[in-house]
Amino acid sequence: MTTPMDTGAEAATRARLTGPRTASRRAVTDRLMRLLALVATLLCVLPLGAVLVFVTINGIGALNIDLLTKAPRALGNGGGALNAIAGTLQMVPLAALIAVPVGVAGGIYVSEFAGARAGRVVRFAADVLVGVPSILIGLFVFTFLVLPFKQFNAFAGSVSLALIMVPVILRTTEEMLGLVPRSLREGALALGIPVWRTVLSVVIPSGLGGILTGVMLALARAMGETAPLLFTALGSRLVNVGDFGRPMDALPLFIYMNARQPYEAQNQQAWGAAFLLMLMVLIINVAVRARTWGRQIGG
Amino acid sequence: MTAFSPSRLARRRSGSRLPDRLFRGSSRALAWALVVSLIGLGAMLLVNGWGAFATFGPGFVIGTDWDPVKNIYGALPFIVGTLLSSAIALVIAAPIGLLTAIFLAELAPRRIAIPLTFTIELLAAIPSVVFGLWGVFVLSPFLQSTIEAWAVDTLGWIPIFAGPPFGVGLFAAGVILSIMILPTIVSIAREVIGSIPNSQREAMYALGATRWEVVTRAVLPAARSGIAGAIILGFGRALGETMAVTMVIGNAQRIPQSLFDQAQTIASQIATTFNEAQVGIQTSSLIALGLVLLVITLGLNVAARVLVGRTATGAGGR
Repeated sequence: MTTPMDTGAEAATRARLTGPRTASRRAVTDRLMRLLALVATLLCVLPLGAVLVFVTINGIGALNIDLLTKAPRALGNGGGALNAIAGTLQMVPLAALIAVPVGVAGGIYVSEFAGARAGRVVRFAADVLVGVPSILIGLFVFTFLVLPFKQFNAFAGSVSLALIMVPVILRTTEEMLGLVPRSLREGALALGIPVWRTVLSVVIPSGLGGILTGVMLALARAMGETAPLLFTALGSRLVNVGDFGRPMDALPLFIYMNARQPYEAQNQQAWGAAFLLMLMVLIINVAVRARTWGRQIGG
Repeated sequence: MTAFSPSRLARRRSGSRLPDRLFRGSSRALAWALVVSLIGLGAMLLVNGWGAFATFGPGFVIGTDWDPVKNIYGALPFIVGTLLSSAIALVIAAPIGLLTAIFLAELAPRRIAIPLTFTIELLAAIPSVVFGLWGVFVLSPFLQSTIEAWAVDTLGWIPIFAGPPFGVGLFAAGVILSIMILPTIVSIAREVIGSIPNSQREAMYALGATRWEVVTRAVLPAARSGIAGAIILGFGRALGETMAVTMVIGNAQRIPQSLFDQAQTIASQIATTFNEAQVGIQTSSLIALGLVLLVITLGLNVAARVLVGRTATGAGGR
């Protein structure tokens, strides 16, 4: 980073000062450990490459028109993942519809209105909720949105996903609004603009880029979540369009169910669905992060 | 952020106008809705899981039989499976993650460090179920025919390396988990290391230290508690991870007898059996399992946050 590079001259000086033998041993240790750190880094990147390669190769092999346009048939005799694709494209947007207002409003509260202690409590709760295993969120939603109606339903699935998104959105919103200079708020208030207009038309637009980043990353995370859907949306072999009171499939559920089947054709469909899911998630992530990343390098 | 607190709009105007009051009130209500859901989640697990604790007492946590036919529920196999799989993950991921963080923060030139950091963050974005799929069909067979076969052949006389190598099992779960928690450990440890003031390093260089000596004697000691926090956060993530583990651990409801045995974690037990469970004591036992998991993960999370926070604030003062 900011540390000076080890040059030959430096090493020579060190050798003269400390004697050749110790210097060389220390230099060897230094070089060895730096090499080890490089190897560790490569080990870190290796699984990413392996997952990408295998999912892409197997996924593209399984990709065909049927996968995108047909519902699954029994025992893996052809058919496709339309039920799962349609489910993900409905449940995730509904989850966002619930989570974005709650998360952004919560972020506004913590950044603009809350006293020190209330702010700390909400922030802490959000951090804790991010750390709660997602399967427990599924259990929680099951007890109040599935059990009373004796019916697994897609709405419960969306609420579970929303619970995963809200804390992420709340924390990014709050952090982004914290970066908006106070002079902007004061300027608006000095013009006699009411507080709510100041927040909505002055403060929020200044932090909008960052908030959108948070929303998109939360969306990508919700898209890949399986565990909270197991006891809520359940999954379904039927293409369910618009009926949130009934079970609905989603790409992660589809992958999980088909990976456990003994039939080769169904495993193939799991790979195809995994490829689609990974493509969506990575495109969102790369697009969103590339923006912030570009700013980092430029600045 | 605290720098802006005097400008909080609440202080400027007491919100006498109706629209302002509405706006403030609704944002407050939605913020507290999150706090309420968190409390509700804990309360729900406590209330619905209470039946299991009431029936089995401490036997629920130390019992080794989980038998829906006899209606006896002891959670020890899953607690052991959870802790062991996460411990394996930690043994693999902690050293690799720490070395990677050191490489990215201290050793690599910026133009290499930035894209590498970006790549490792992408690893965190891959859905758990995709890791699981890859784990079942690629990683497990690979481990089975290489590391596991070799270990059983040469070290099999040691009980923990005893065969047969299933491929799918405790070890595979640990390896998958290690991959999944690496991004957490790397990104937090990297930030903590980056927050150590440069004067520390310069002082060490001035004494003629090599780069590695600077890292181990000037940087790491100062970042110690933050790094511990990063590792604990990774551990907490591993404990609660569900899908990938469910798919590669083998789903055997017993205490694993060796490193390669099939096992079950708390999360995977809930995931695989909750939908078929009989309402009553079996459901209650599964929810009580969830409560045990919640208590463990929350405790670790809070501890980790305190540790990370200590480095972040302590470093500036030093």
